[in-house]
Amino acid sequence: MDPILTSRIMSDVLGGVTNGIIYGLFALSLVLVWRSTGVLNFAQGAMPMFSTYVGMVVFAHYFGYWPCVALAIAAGFLLGGTTERLLVRHLYGKPEINPIVVMVGFLIVLESVAAAIWSSGPHSLPSPFSPIDFQLGGKPIAMSRFTLYEIGTGVVVMTLVAVLFRLTNLGLQLRASALAPEVSRLLGVRVGRMLTLGWILSTGVGTITTILVASNFFTGLTPQVMDGIFAFGFIAAAVGGLESPVGAILAGVGIGVALQFVGDYVNSNAIILVALGILVVSLMVRPNGIFSPRSTRRV
Amino acid sequence: MIAVEHLSVSYGAVQALRDVSFTAETGALTAVLGANGAGKTTLLRTISGLKSPVRGSIAKDGLELVGRAPEDVARSGVGHVPEGRGVIGEFTVEENLRLGALASKADLKSGLAEQYERFPVLGERRRQHAAKLSGGERQMLAMARALIAQPSTLLLDEPSLGLAPLVTAQLMHTIKDLCSSHSLTVILVEQNASSALRIADRAVVLHVGRVVADDVASVVAEDENLRQYYLGMVE
Repeated sequence: MDPILTSRIMSDVLGGVTNGIIYGLFALSLVLVWRSTGVLNFAQGAMPMFSTYVGMVVFAHYFGYWPCVALAIAAGFLLGGTTERLLVRHLYGKPEINPIVVMVGFLIVLESVAAAIWSSGPHSLPSPFSPIDFQLGGKPIAMSRFTLYEIGTGVVVMTLVAVLFRLTNLGLQLRASALAPEVSRLLGVRVGRMLTLGWILSTGVGTITTILVASNFFTGLTPQVMDGIFAFGFIAAAVGGLESPVGAILAGVGIGVALQFVGDYVNSNAIILVALGILVVSLMVRPNGIFSPRSTRRV
Repeated sequence: MIAVEHLSVSYGAVQALRDVSFTAETGALTAVLGANGAGKTTLLRTISGLKSPVRGSIAKDGLELVGRAPEDVARSGVGHVPEGRGVIGEFTVEENLRLGALASKADLKSGLAEQYERFPVLGERRRQHAAKLSGGERQMLAMARALIAQPSTLLLDEPSLGLAPLVTAQLMHTIKDLCSSHSLTVILVEQNASSALRIADRAVVLHVGRVVADDVASVVAEDENLRQYYLGMVE
């Protein structure tokens, strides 16, 4: 038996990393939209919730888990793209309060419509992997096949996003469109398409996050399933830096681990207070986030 | 060749360009001169599709540009180096160049090699963020980024702005060289009239949105009235 792996501290670390991956993934989806269009999407939790219902509930009658996952992600892409084209595109260049109000309204509409169609009670999604903790020397460790699935999915998605942004021409155009739209257009980049693609990617990543959250045996899928995750994901994005995908992920994992310890050693009711405390201190020390560049965006 | 005919552009009630007509020939450098507010930058922004005219036409080798989106104008072979250079500071030198090459079907590797040969300092700093370059180096990068797309027309907006006289002289020499060696149609907007007239084949002088002179550059350079009243070139 390895006493370290079964210790309380290691249990908190592993549990925290698992939660943190979820916060980090969600923060990444917020950052993708912010970087590509400068909009803080308050419906970022509700949009993937809706696409997850479409994929995982509507099509569950006809297909198994994995085809439903693919359909949910496709629905997320579609919802993200159409939302940008039909709703958000009219808000560019308007006062900053406009997209906030509109997206909060969209959040309420989506949650209400989802509740009207599928009820506000939880739908349990089939879990593809067992949530039962592994045993080591007869003692459980805070790690199961399902948590490995969560962590593995998170790592794969983050790696794919990093490769897309750093190594491909498409990623180069996405970044350029966000940083310098006018210059990008002068260089032949179809900025409008890139903005739509940013929303498509963001809602896709959000849908994957939602599926991971809702596939958890203890959570299930409800219209408000992502409201709590939104709060912690938003804090992670703000602490890491809304300009920094890597920062959002690292901050998500860090916050996940910190809050796990707070919940275990202090009080689970203190978790949100500590999270907000981290946000306030972070904004006081580094208003742009820990990992965002200090310099101005454009040259 | 770029043919501008009867071009009028407004910002609300303010008319920035009034019935502007001129032709920029292939392989020739056309300088557009004038004081602040003359409409020089507006002219370039209208050619590249960033600003829509109220009336008039802009034809590039017979292709009408008015009504086309800036990205389509760029893909038709018009490179625009905007005022302030427009290099993306968060990108490395090479990423800026890769972005510029996207509008062209030319081979990226050979394009990069060509630009690094033309501007060796960019090759030395290819992995550095553009924000860390000096003003002159940024201007080189902006030029290289436009050239890597192999444009047939190059629009340059105040390239000498903020540069030391020696760097400006080198830059003007490079522009002239590019124009003749690549048969480029170059429209050069400059406040530094003397530098621009030294290398230009033709000069168009704008005053409050109107063309007040359109002639061979040497003729404009020797016209005392133009020099004194429109170009601020006092002996």
